[in-house]
Amino acid sequence: MVENTIHATQAIVTLDVPIQGIVWGSIITVNMWAKSIGTGVVFLAAYLLYRHKKESMPNLRWIMPVIAFIALNVFLLFTLIDLHQPYRMIHIFTHPHWTSSITVGAWLASLFLGLVTVLLLIGVADAFPTLGGKNCKLSALARNNSAVYEKIMPFLVFLAIPVTTYTAIIMAQSSARELWQAPTEVMQMLWAAFMAGSAALILVSGSWSKEARKDLAFVLTIAVFFSFAMYMSEYFFSFKSSEAEATLAFVHAGGAYNVEFWTGMTLGFIIPFFLGLSTIKSDNITLLRLAAILALVGLFLVKDVWLKIPQMLPLS
Amino acid sequence: MKLGFLVDLSLCMGCKGCEIACKVENEVPLSSWRLRVKYIDLGVFPETKRSFTPLRCNHCESAPCERICPVSALHYLENGIVNIDSSRCIGCAGCMMACPYGAIYMDPETNTADKCTYCAHRIESGMMPACVVVCPVEANIFGDIEDDNSHISRYIMEHKGAVQVRKPEKHTSPTHFYVGGGNQTLNPLAHQRLEGFSLFNDITHLEHVGDKHHSILDRFLAPFAGHAKLNNDNFTAMQENVETHSKEGGH
Repeated sequence: MVENTIHATQAIVTLDVPIQGIVWGSIITVNMWAKSIGTGVVFLAAYLLYRHKKESMPNLRWIMPVIAFIALNVFLLFTLIDLHQPYRMIHIFTHPHWTSSITVGAWLASLFLGLVTVLLLIGVADAFPTLGGKNCKLSALARNNSAVYEKIMPFLVFLAIPVTTYTAIIMAQSSARELWQAPTEVMQMLWAAFMAGSAALILVSGSWSKEARKDLAFVLTIAVFFSFAMYMSEYFFSFKSSEAEATLAFVHAGGAYNVEFWTGMTLGFIIPFFLGLSTIKSDNITLLRLAAILALVGLFLVKDVWLKIPQMLPLS
Repeated sequence: MKLGFLVDLSLCMGCKGCEIACKVENEVPLSSWRLRVKYIDLGVFPETKRSFTPLRCNHCESAPCERICPVSALHYLENGIVNIDSSRCIGCAGCMMACPYGAIYMDPETNTADKCTYCAHRIESGMMPACVVVCPVEANIFGDIEDDNSHISRYIMEHKGAVQVRKPEKHTSPTHFYVGGGNQTLNPLAHQRLEGFSLFNDITHLEHVGDKHHSILDRFLAPFAGHAKLNNDNFTAMQENVETHSKEGGH
């Protein structure tokens, strides 16, 4: 744990109760990581559909909502299992407290998942006409309303912005954790979504045109570069608060999570940057997939560290 | 009416009577504290002294815990107390992340957040909080800070300039004040907290949040299986982890 040391004060705690350790652990990391994928693929799909013809990305229309659906359900599942009273999750809908970003986020994410489910039904029904048999009413309903997909998409992209960034507002409301009290957290969430979204789509882009893959490689490269730059500036620049400085000084000094942080930075940001840069020209699918996998792994590690380290500081 | 608390640290002798009274009055489970008294040794031998600092919820006028609570389990009473409705709490621990004073804990028996309520149930019956009643030196002063003639208001006026709150930079506007304290005692970053270096135990961190025997699966099964009686080895079991803590970065 972070041990605070202002030696000049010559003050030492000689009797106290055990204080709380890490409250939000790896379950919340999975929550944030999965949400980045779920919203990121929506951003990237919208961008690709705007830039390229549908024919150059034959499976995008159904695979994007499938990935988003799975990722968002993982996100919601891990939100639920982190609650000490999971069955009371319903209270967020029956007794909402609107000043809480947890409440606002839960409502937005639920709406977002609902819209993704509609896209999933339409996309899959269109792509696999025989699915469910001829008498499947749901498939028929989805196919008959195929045009709804394109109508929903702009709203989904718009909604993905607050859904991906609201966690930063939760962190801002977690006012005891000084490290998170930075406006950069909002941008970090957005870059994480671009990273995770492009990485997830790269893994399913084998049959796509070179140009579409080039765009994905470009977005991944740009996202890891700016995200890395922001982490580094937060890591090395002096904060105004002594708590944030004490937290980072502990990691700087080789304390707990130092190795995890730099492993995450190397795997998820530095290596994918160079791999992504090289594949923009060469269209090497294998290298690009490697970059995507590393980016997803590294992003998880770094998010995990950033979540846990401010919780190591004694608050009282 | 706005209820407030003041602790005169120059009077406190660290008897922990308030800590025990709070435990008994509110049936606070093992490994949890609504109120604790922290001993801090200051100076270098032979110029040394020991300070005692009671720490509890600050009942902030701008409470971050109340703001982040997604279901209004944490709410204000008319007298300014930040109260908690454990039957509504979903156990998200958002309040524990928001409270800058580390005053909220996850009750290991109910698996809901809990904290000092200034003994709201006693106040409702016209009584003083248990910690106030039990204090042998009247270091705990409690009352209406909006009433100029109340004991606490007069005390604040008499000690004008020497009244402090914890972490004023957080802009939480605590209604819990200290007299006779200093940066060394009120700022957690201004004193060292060394692992394995305390008077009666060598435990400085809890390894678990809430009931350590209540796994993720148990959280889902509890309503059907019935909540087994809590095993009271919560506290003693923590000692097993002291070595691990040291390896993870403690001293």
